[in-house]
Amino acid sequence: MASRVAPYALSAPAAAVLAAFMAAPLVMVLLLSFNSFTMATGIQPGFTWANYVEVLGDQYFHRIFGRTFLLAAVVTLVAVLIGAPEAYIIHRMRPPWRSIFLLVVLGPLLVSVIVRTLGWAVLLGNRGLVNAALMNLGLIERPAEFMYTFTGMAVALVHVLVPFMVLSVWASLRRLDPAVEAAGLSLGASQMTVLRRIVLPQAMPGILSGSLIVFTLAASAFATPAIVGGRRLKVAAMAAYDEFLNSQNWPLGAAIVVVLLLAMVTIVLGYNRIVERRFRQVFQ
Amino acid sequence: MTLANGRLALAFHALFIAFILAPLVVVGLVAFTPEAYLSIPTTRWSLRWFHAIWNSDFIPAFWISIYVGCASATIALVVSVPAAIATARHQFPGRDAAAAFFLSPLMVPHVVLGVALLRFMAEVGLTANILGLIMGHVVIIMPFTLRLGLAALTGMNRHCEWAAWSLGAPLSVVFRRVTLPMIMPGLAGGWLLAFIQSFDELTMTVFVASPGTTTLPVRMFQYITDNIDPMVASISTALMLLAGVMMALMERVYGLERLLAGKGEE
Repeated sequence: MASRVAPYALSAPAAAVLAAFMAAPLVMVLLLSFNSFTMATGIQPGFTWANYVEVLGDQYFHRIFGRTFLLAAVVTLVAVLIGAPEAYIIHRMRPPWRSIFLLVVLGPLLVSVIVRTLGWAVLLGNRGLVNAALMNLGLIERPAEFMYTFTGMAVALVHVLVPFMVLSVWASLRRLDPAVEAAGLSLGASQMTVLRRIVLPQAMPGILSGSLIVFTLAASAFATPAIVGGRRLKVAAMAAYDEFLNSQNWPLGAAIVVVLLLAMVTIVLGYNRIVERRFRQVFQ
Repeated sequence: MTLANGRLALAFHALFIAFILAPLVVVGLVAFTPEAYLSIPTTRWSLRWFHAIWNSDFIPAFWISIYVGCASATIALVVSVPAAIATARHQFPGRDAAAAFFLSPLMVPHVVLGVALLRFMAEVGLTANILGLIMGHVVIIMPFTLRLGLAALTGMNRHCEWAAWSLGAPLSVVFRRVTLPMIMPGLAGGWLLAFIQSFDELTMTVFVASPGTTTLPVRMFQYITDNIDPMVASISTALMLLAGVMMALMERVYGLERLLAGKGEE
């Protein structure tokens, strides 16, 4: 039914779009990061490592990258701790409830990040509901600072990203036959043993791939840290934004982005290697 | 057969759902308050801020978002259907590489794509051009249209195609009269998912947005970084209603659970 050129001709439009509007621009950014910049002359063509020396050597950028990856790690950890149990609970629900709560958890993915972050800005403000509730309960006397804090950023970002974790774990639990759990229980295993020996191994691939998704999205997040963290607590994406659109130092902004991307790729590859070594049997 | 959740599990579940819904509910409540500042909890309600939307510059931004979303989802669908046919139906050298390339936009953070698009548009003289923004969105949403197209093609019964072909229908007729109608629900679902992805996209767009290409999320971001008032909450509420309508549409044409469950599988 097919000639030999047909698949290439069919693939050509999509490949051309990606080559022109993704691959070529990415190469341009890489080249841009080696250009120099001064306020007086603007972007100068040429080759210099100066931008990388600045990003990798300056305390200011160390703090930004440290904060970015700490935030991503904390958000990933919390997403695992609350997302994986929730996925298991949803998995164990009876049919109508299972679909309903799956949609409640996943539905927010179809609402703009900006709307969800706005909700947290309202909740976490000095006169927000979280502070009002804490003060009414007598737990605190004065409003606690949540806006423009690391905690606030982490809470909002967990909310934005945890659906990906639930989805990922839920997908891998779908292959778990409840009869296996029942068999374990009827053979005298405790609830804890069943969880640890039957459910957790089955959920592991989902937890691992969900962590990867959440981590990479958290490390490159822009809107939520920008609104909840503000200028005081800049993350890498925000720093790049400032260089491009405020300082107009595009080569430095390009270097920030390249370093962010390389750091993420390194962490992801390292993570994959550790995971493959430690959990080889899980993937078979 | 299902095992019942224990009381502790259900308590955890209730807290989790409250965590998920709290920010959305709060935005919905603030939208109906009459004051010019955040005043919940309150007993006074008003539609004042919904009226105020009509005369604000959020309306043109909304139409730009609709335009960019429709254009980019349509372009993404048109280029990814043949690509999906190539990777689903043909064996050819480089097939795996092509499939990986088509899904590769998922691996690149939007902030990187935004920077890249900004530089690209400046280099080729497309600065502030809406076409550049649309093509940037096509890159981001193509993996979704492609994946839904692939799922539809591999999920359909090929005997129908073979029957039509063996009865003498030319390939073009087979595609138009048999294949296309059969994969239509998948394509429609892919288009809707792509549209909403484009409509909600902020991180890439914020880098290239200029006065003529400021989409609704970008306008809201600029607004919120200045101040937070009930007006932006009422727009958010309208957007949540829109997302609800989109969910109902997706449920009708394709099945929401199938659509969303396919979304996170990287």
